[in-house]
Formats: sequence, C-alpha cells, structure tokens
Amino acid sequence: IPPSHLFAGLSDVSISGDIAVEGEINVPVGTPSQDKKYSTLDEPVKDTILRDLKAVGKKFVHVMYPKKSSALLRDWDLWGPLLLCVTLALMLQGGSVDSKEDRGPQFAEVFVIIWFGSVIITLNSKLLGGTISFFQSLCVLGYCIMPLTVAMVVCRLVLLGGSWGFSFIVRLIVVTASFSWSTFASTAFLADCQPPNRKALVVYPVFLFYFVIGWMILTFSPSA
Amino acid sequence: MASPDDLKFQEFEEATDLLLADPGASTLSMSGSSSMALAGATGDIKLDMSDDEGQEESSELLRGEKQTSGFWTFEYYQSFFNVDTMQVLDRVKGSVMHLPGRNFIKHTLQSSPDLYGPFWICVTLVFSLAISGNLSTFLNSLGSPHYHYRPQFHRVTIAAVVIFLYAWLVPLGVWGFLTWRQREERQQSGYSFLETVCVYGYSLFIYIPTSVLWILPFEWLRWLLILVAMVISGSVLVLTFWPVVRDDTKVTAFATVATIVVLHALLSIGCKMYFFQTATHTPVPTLAPNHTAAVLTNKTH
Repeated sequence: IPPSHLFAGLSDVSISGDIAVEGEINVPVGTPSQDKKYSTLDEPVKDTILRDLKAVGKKFVHVMYPKKSSALLRDWDLWGPLLLCVTLALMLQGGSVDSKEDRGPQFAEVFVIIWFGSVIITLNSKLLGGTISFFQSLCVLGYCIMPLTVAMVVCRLVLLGGSWGFSFIVRLIVVTASFSWSTFASTAFLADCQPPNRKALVVYPVFLFYFVIGWMILTFSPSA
Repeated sequence: MASPDDLKFQEFEEATDLLLADPGASTLSMSGSSSMALAGATGDIKLDMSDDEGQEESSELLRGEKQTSGFWTFEYYQSFFNVDTMQVLDRVKGSVMHLPGRNFIKHTLQSSPDLYGPFWICVTLVFSLAISGNLSTFLNSLGSPHYHYRPQFHRVTIAAVVIFLYAWLVPLGVWGFLTWRQREERQQSGYSFLETVCVYGYSLFIYIPTSVLWILPFEWLRWLLILVAMVISGSVLVLTFWPVVRDDTKVTAFATVATIVVLHALLSIGCKMYFFQTATHTPVPTLAPNHTAAVLTNKTH
C-alpha cells in the first residue's frame, strides 16, 4: 500500500500558524526523598541492629515451624548461624578432664566441624546438580542447628540434677528429637533444589552432620 | 539397481575402513538388517554418512566429556558426582555381596567411577570408628569403681587422618605402580586413578557395620568379624587387581596382590587394636568381693 493511501484522511487537516501548547516540564534536581529511602548511614544504630535482629528472629521462627517457605532462602544471612555456632561451642566447653587426651571437643573443633561440615555438604549438593546457591545453603544448614542448641541448653539444665539414669534418658530423648527436627527442617528447605533421583544422596550427609553434632551434645559430661 | 545384499556388504566395508582409520572411535551397531535394506538406493549413502557423523559425534563427545573442562572449573568435578541414589546403592551392594569372578570395576562401576561413594563412606567410617570406640571404652570401664565418662574427641581426628590417608595414598601408590608396570610391559588394560580410588573407597564400606558390631565386648567375636570383613573387602580388591597383574611376572603379580592384602589387614587390625582396646588392666569384677583386686585397680589408675 503506498504511504499516501495510509494517511489519506490527514490531508484534509490543515495546520496554519503556530499552535500554542500548554504544560509544565519539571526536571527533578537531586532527589532527596530517594536518598533517604535507601541510605541507612544516617539512621540511629538501634534501628540498624533491630532490623537485623528482626530478620534473624523471623528466620528462627521459620525453622521452628518448617514450612516450604522461601524466606530463608531469599534473604539469607549468616548472623544466625554464627550466633548459634558460637553459643553451641561455648556451651560445649567446661567438660570434665581426666587426662588431657580424653577431653571433649574444644571450641575450635566445634567451630571447624560446624563450618567445614556445612561447606562440604553445600559443595556436595552443588556437585550433585543442586540449584541452591552456596550461601543460601550455608544459611539453611546453620539456622537448622537451632533445635540442637535448644537441646544443649536443656541438657545442661538437666545435668545439674545428675548425670546418669533418669537424666541420661531425658537427655537422650531430647537430643534425638531435636536432631530429627533439625534434619527434617533442613531437608524441607533443601530438598526442593535437588534433582529428584538424587535426594537421598543429598539428605544423607545432612543427617550425618546433625547426628555428629547431636553426639557431641549427648556425650557432654560436666566436671564432677 | 543394487540388491540389498550388495548394499549391506558395502556398508560393512566402509565401517571397517573407518575403524582402521580411527581405532579409537566408538562403533554404533545397528541391529536389524531390515533398517539398512529399507534405506534403498538413494538412502544408503546418506545412512552411511549419518553413521559416520554419529560415530564421530559420539566419539568426540566421549573424548570431549573427559577433556574439555580443565581441572580448575566446577564442571570437571561435577563429572565425578554423576551418580543417582540407585547407582550408589548398587555399588555398595556390589562391594559387599559380589560373586567370585566379577571384577568390581568392570561389572559394577561399568567404568564410570564416582567420588561420592568413596568420600562419604570414608567420612562415615571415621565417625563410626570414633563413636563405636568411645562406646566400647565406656562399656569396658563400667565395672570399675572410679568410672568417669570421657568423650575422647581426639579419636575423631586420629581416625580421620588414618582413614583418609589410607583411602587416598594407597590407591595412589597402587595406581602408580600398576601404571609403571603397564608402561614397561606394554599391556593394554589398566585402571585410571579415579577407578582405583573408587574401588578402595567402596571396599571400605564393610567396615562400617563391622565397627558398630565391634562394640560387643567379646574378643573372639571381634577377631571373627575382622576375618569376615577382610575376606569380603579383600576379595573385592584382589578380584579387581588380579586381572591386571596376571600378565606380569609371577613374582611381581603375587607381590602386588600380597601387598594390597597386607595393607588392608594392617588397617583393620590397627583400627581394632587402637579404637577398641580390651580392658586388660581392669580385672573383671568377681562374685566374691576381692579386696586385693580393688587395690590393684586403684594402683593402675
């Protein structure tokens, strides 16, 4: 179709002279409102800390009631795992020492087991073809130590009343329950990111990881 | 107008020519002569070319899969974890219950080794040794009056060092030795380093239930378990490496196999003796309260 046919109707319109156009053109110079929204340098320190604490606390709640939510994965942070790891390692100190060789795990050993263990499990799941990112996986594994930390607190309280017999049974039950809870919670978050026929291959190292941590908690014996 | 027989004969010749040109190429055998006959006069040349392309492509793929990624890329290591759950379970089963005469590498691995099995079996073995050893020490010293439970965490470190050294250095040595002999004797068959590591890793699996059963404090049972475990895992190793050294001189062959078996025995006996020490210094509590026995116990502590 030749162009003249397309604009056939327009040839009837005649424009003579200038046509006045009204309006306003504003160019925003320096948007102070946008700066205020994104810069957190000027806010009081209390706000910053509270915001991070709220994020960490929200994730703790997600671990307590593990549903298939992506909040843990989307906004990962490593503050929670660090807090839990340090708490657990500190509480595992102060065990009884008969000879220097037969002591329980030192602070550094607990730290190494938790962080190296998490890194190795993450590498394992990525090598098997998982779609989760490195830090997201570290975040999930670290946060799911929380039931075991709670179990450690309970064990220390129970140990105040004696080491053997009833106390041992209570500790065994508490540690077993929390270790199963940890494994179940982390699998709920991690399992979706795996190819379907390799799920067991990824879950087993997680099970072993929490089993070892549970063992360290169960075998903690305070000084006589 | 060529008859189907002529067509078939031509294709076979071309195939042999291709093989002579490139002995390393993989061959695709198409079953059913009807497919070739159906190709017809116009289609037979095309079929040959597609066969060529197919062979070249697949041989390129097979070669490329192992060489395109350098060892600094993530994909290189991902190729070692290319196993499914069922495959790992089959390999574990193959290491425990295998029929005599079946080569673990050729039959169970089917020449696609993985690193998942050896690594996680070693880790599990480290922790099962340390934990079971701790439990057995605890059960041993239950009778003594000065009992105090000791976690003995340093055993984990020792077990880890021993097991990982064995599972990685010994295959390195065996592979190096076999490759050196193979190059000298100009033999064809040989195993890659990964396959050797894989065999050793899976052969250690039987020690996991063995270490748990070692908790039971019966000396004769422990030695019986060592024997059974050594027979099973040793036979996996021997059956795997015998076909390779068989062509060598008699002395070298027997020496190699004997070294493999002896190292394996040293590992199992050493683990048993270190982690599961028998209570030799604590006398068994007799029915009649024996004052001198109690004094002796005090003195040894």
